[in-house]
Amino acid sequence: MAKVKLEHVWKRFGKVVAVKDFNLETEDGEFVVFVGPSGCGKTTTLRMIAGLEEVSEGKIFIGDRLVNDVPPKDRDIAMVFQNYALYPHMNVYENMAFGLRLRRYPKDEIDRRVKEAARILKIEHLLNRKPRELSGGQRQRVAMGRAIVREPKVFLMDEPLSNLDAKLRVEMRAEIAKLQRRLGVTTIYVTHDQVEAMTLGHRIVVMKDGEVQQVDTPLNLYDFPANRFVAGFIGSPSMNFVRAGVEVQGERVYLVAPGFRIRANAVLGNALKPYAGKEVWLGVRPEHLGLKGYTGIPEEENVLRGEVEVAEPLGAETEIHVNVNGTVLVAKVDGHAPVKPGDKVELLADTSRLHAFDLETERTIGHSQEKVAAVR
Amino acid sequence: MGRVLLYAFLLLMAGFFLLPVYLVILTALKEPAKITLETVWQWPHPPYWESFRTAWEAFRPKFQNSVVLATSATLLSALVGSLNGYVLAKWPFRGSGLLFALILFGMFIPYQSILIPLFQFMKSIGLYGNLFGLVLVHVIYGIPIVTLIFRNYYSEIPDELVEAARIDGAGFFGIFRHVILPLSVPAFVVVAIWQFTQIWNEFLFAVTLTRPESQPITVALAQLAGGEAVKWNLPMAGAILAALPTLLVYIFLGRYFLRGLLAGSVKG
Repeated sequence: MAKVKLEHVWKRFGKVVAVKDFNLETEDGEFVVFVGPSGCGKTTTLRMIAGLEEVSEGKIFIGDRLVNDVPPKDRDIAMVFQNYALYPHMNVYENMAFGLRLRRYPKDEIDRRVKEAARILKIEHLLNRKPRELSGGQRQRVAMGRAIVREPKVFLMDEPLSNLDAKLRVEMRAEIAKLQRRLGVTTIYVTHDQVEAMTLGHRIVVMKDGEVQQVDTPLNLYDFPANRFVAGFIGSPSMNFVRAGVEVQGERVYLVAPGFRIRANAVLGNALKPYAGKEVWLGVRPEHLGLKGYTGIPEEENVLRGEVEVAEPLGAETEIHVNVNGTVLVAKVDGHAPVKPGDKVELLADTSRLHAFDLETERTIGHSQEKVAAVR
Repeated sequence: MGRVLLYAFLLLMAGFFLLPVYLVILTALKEPAKITLETVWQWPHPPYWESFRTAWEAFRPKFQNSVVLATSATLLSALVGSLNGYVLAKWPFRGSGLLFALILFGMFIPYQSILIPLFQFMKSIGLYGNLFGLVLVHVIYGIPIVTLIFRNYYSEIPDELVEAARIDGAGFFGIFRHVILPLSVPAFVVVAIWQFTQIWNEFLFAVTLTRPESQPITVALAQLAGGEAVKWNLPMAGAILAALPTLLVYIFLGRYFLRGLLAGSVKG
């Protein structure tokens, strides 16, 4: 086991900057997830850690060792690829044993490790099969097995679940989490799926256009996104954004637009004071909007008025799309609330969960984690 | 109805193509005295097998030369091609695309235009006249086509396999030996058929670059047909003998040939 550390790491392909000034230090045994839309540089970063891609600038450490110039095979890592990359001409046993054979481990040691990994992954009955005779989920397990037998310092996983169907993906997700806890090996996991990131990561690195947007625990990303991108990327359905003017009346601060006039709470209000008379992005998550009469959110100065465009009943809750003066907001409301398209409704916003973002920089206004914690 | 027409047409075409072959067999089985323009299409009775024996005796040493030449040149060029293809497909470097284009360029240089310089070159490096020189020429002359076949085949092998092997601990040759080669059988079959046929049938290099003791069968065949009063039964029998090996190769490996040319996919 080892820490992985990246110091001011850059990757350029010709003139294109793929990864910009990446900094990260993992804990021993930590599960870190890189998440972001495609092309954000997350896979490139992982490949630099693996040694499959050269570092243009900066330093990468595995343990205490600078590995910039160390070939992949000597980095003591194992990688799981998106398409599994099993050797088609070898059976499952040989696929898992290959790395150990090349390293000239004794036969009985190889045998012990392969069988142990097969037992953990429940693929003992498949050891003599060729990859083409396996289902997607089984191949996935073999790919995991090939990584496990090496007993590396670090696991690197590149979208390992994205080729599986939805149900299997959820199952394997839980298994990967369990396995990682059990083995305690530092793991770096790349995905574009924010749900995977939230459920697996001890910490998540959110990336966009080659730049790290925020590194934090899943809940902190959800509660205290650093900017509008992170706010919109984490959480499903996405956070609603609407432009609102800032009105300051003594100690009271209001977020105002046609259709609503919401009073910000003390923390956000304070942070918004410099924006008096200007506009900001108001952000509110669908689950922090309620339908008047069907929600525990008290009615204060927090009402948004609009017309229902779509109602999607999911059972426990219904997602409604409400047009508030031209901006469509999604709200998760009580599953038994009687709403149908065309209804005029009043939504109540949970003012303790509002977010505001600078129009230009898109950075979060106010609510640093400590300040909010102090108020709650 | 459409099908019937189609088959009729195909049969007609096949017959048209096989007509000379039929004539070759017919003539080979006739006594020399009975070969005249009037009796060209008549079946010989009884068939006269003696020509095959005579031709075979004239051929035997050259046949051996051809076997050595075609086999060793085919093996060597397949090996060179698979290494070239491996590098070009899986270890690209600055300018490798251009290099590949230049290698392919070699396919379009007409054969005859390089014959004299090639002859002089082989002489100056002391390889003129013997079989080894001819092997070398065929290996080099085959580089463009075999490189093309192997590179295209290896492009289909996912890069992740190579990367997985690198992480597993294999180096450049280790990956080639343990991962790439075992997946290359179809490409090797295609190249083997292609090169074997080309080299076996090749005449111009053979006649220019070898002395009599190391000439291959195509040269011997030409000599059989030379002279003043040609006994047509002999070259015909010789032609059949000379064509047999390539025919056999195609019969036994032909289905791999088509499969390898068309698909070549080894996706895990």
